[in-house]
Amino acid sequence: MKILLVDDSRTIRNIQKNIFAKLGHETIVEAADGVEGLKQVEAESPELIILDWNMPNMDGITFLKTLRAQGNKTPVIMCTTESEKSRVIQAIQAGASNYVVKPFSTETMAEKINQTIKKVTAG
Amino acid sequence: MDVKFINAFTKSITNVLKTMMELDVKFGKPHIKQADAEKLDVSAVIGLSGDASGVVVIAFRKEIAARAASRFAGLEMTVDHADFADSLGEFANMVAGGAKAEFHGLDVSISLPSVIVGDNHEVIKSKVHPALVIPCTAEFGSFVVEICMEVRKPATVGA
Repeated sequence: MKILLVDDSRTIRNIQKNIFAKLGHETIVEAADGVEGLKQVEAESPELIILDWNMPNMDGITFLKTLRAQGNKTPVIMCTTESEKSRVIQAIQAGASNYVVKPFSTETMAEKINQTIKKVTAG
Repeated sequence: MDVKFINAFTKSITNVLKTMMELDVKFGKPHIKQADAEKLDVSAVIGLSGDASGVVVIAFRKEIAARAASRFAGLEMTVDHADFADSLGEFANMVAGGAKAEFHGLDVSISLPSVIVGDNHEVIKSKVHPALVIPCTAEFGSFVVEICMEVRKPATVGA
């Protein structure tokens, strides 16, 4: 499965990459903000996107709205420190498939990834 | 700043260290920052805006900052490492983000993090709203969390 990580923190992208490697997903592409993320979507056609909220240039929620407005249905897991209920609702309404609050454990991230993949493959 | 907000920060610091670093943290007595407070070498800074505004600073001695960044990122690094500031900035981001989630009734935004490195420096904040200092000790060493925050609306903190 090709996975796109969109987060302005390389540290977080590396932590996420290690988790995906443990889960057997080795094909990772990266972006440091929403603008770069949209370019990677076009160039790489990822099958799953892990998306931060607060980023420079274009934040995660704008990225997500733009992606859905383009008709792109790739599942997106928001991974952010924004944990208030209003933010979660906003993300789901914008088209997020799942939500992980930072700080996250390997187990939590793995569970959300598996949930999302199952949902997608179940149609 | 009402002392009830201290609990939101100690809870968030505990959660970030436990989840991301698998470490426990001990807290010293929170106090108002004094003019003769020790100056440290590395500051990870997050701005707050909205119903509560101000700044959160996590400050370290250089060698302790390197150990904290290494533990957080899961790889050994010194202050010269390309990911040093990124690692500590994300640490501060998680602490501030976790704390603001406990502020019920307030709509607060946090800035992208900045990390300042320089021997014996001080991040000057507001003279009107003095900084509250939470001393912290973990396996990698001691550090302080300074909070300088003005709250503009009534709020409850915690569950």
